Amino acid sequence: MCDTCGCSADGGAVLRKPGGSDDHVHLGDGVEQQTHNHAADEHHDHEHHHHDGRSRTVVLEQHLLHNNNLLAERNRGYFEARNIFVLNFLSSPGSGKTSLLETIIPLLKRRLPVAVIEGDQQTTNDADRIDALGVPVIQINTGSGCHLDALMVNRAVKELELHDHSLLCIENVGNLVCPALFDLGEALKVVIMSVTEGDDKPLKYPTMFREADVCILNKIDLLPYVACDVAKCRENAMRVNHHLAWFELSATTGEGVPALVAWLEQRMLQP
Amino acid sequence: MHEMSIALSIIEAVDAKGREEGCGKISEIALLLGKLSGVEPAALRFCFSAAANGTLAENARLAITEPEGVGECAECGARFPVTFFYAECPKCRSLCITIISGEEFMIQSITIEEGE
Repeated sequence: MCDTCGCSADGGAVLRKPGGSDDHVHLGDGVEQQTHNHAADEHHDHEHHHHDGRSRTVVLEQHLLHNNNLLAERNRGYFEARNIFVLNFLSSPGSGKTSLLETIIPLLKRRLPVAVIEGDQQTTNDADRIDALGVPVIQINTGSGCHLDALMVNRAVKELELHDHSLLCIENVGNLVCPALFDLGEALKVVIMSVTEGDDKPLKYPTMFREADVCILNKIDLLPYVACDVAKCRENAMRVNHHLAWFELSATTGEGVPALVAWLEQRMLQP
Repeated sequence: MHEMSIALSIIEAVDAKGREEGCGKISEIALLLGKLSGVEPAALRFCFSAAANGTLAENARLAITEPEGVGECAECGARFPVTFFYAECPKCRSLCITIISGEEFMIQSITIEEGE
């Protein structure tokens, strides 16, 4: 039971505004139900070929995450129509996703409006940090969930006032495994790892690094204190995915950040 | 874990298809899950049996085919087995490998038993 409003929406995701107020929205199965109704309304020819009188095989050839992918494409269409460039930030917990957003958003918002969707199991801590930057933000609390999905993003977007020709940053739940499989409708997947995590990280979590478009090595200011071979790390990332755009930076000192910001601005202006 | 989200997604899809086809219950679900797909079949079976209760897919047998990973070198065209996304061409040692098999991720078919 939700201990804020007493409803029985057990374990589902919840949307929250920053600042710790009690206002919240429970995510139900609204979209899935619509999909069911469409299926029921379709007219069918019942002259099927029978193998025997008792059982028959029906071919589906449908992707395992069909519904999520369909909704992700709807999200994608909406974003494209309104010229909203969407980035999905992925990493282990503690690699620096929120710190990086705190560094790049003040620079990017000079060029275009920026909004943020935050994802964590609990708390509005990250949304509160983004709120302090003066940009619209909504927090998704997944409860027991380990990743954001297209439905959560679809609902969260309805709570945000997005502008045409803007940037939407989605900070996914800290997890280098599951979020890789769930398309949200983003333009680019940005995976972040830090120098304290070991230079073989991409080899240990290949699915995530393969799905990503951009790879950022963060916390380079700590290089004198940790055994991280940056060249080896980059080589490992490229072995898994030779299409990755690679950046090395420190979200806390700002070193390397201008190169990332310039690259993002250039991508956002591309037709 | 994400295998639970995937199990729920499968059940939703086959339940909808089963109802469309007017079936009584689903006896088998054929899945194509490549060895490089990122899904663990044992975890999926576990989550599936928990999630299928009360649906048309309850007690359905999961027939999982796991295509092997095969890579093709973008430089010399050689094809060879791969176990991870990162691989080196055994002929020309290039790292530019395209995965041509092993990433399959789909529900192939369902076998349904007629009924009310």
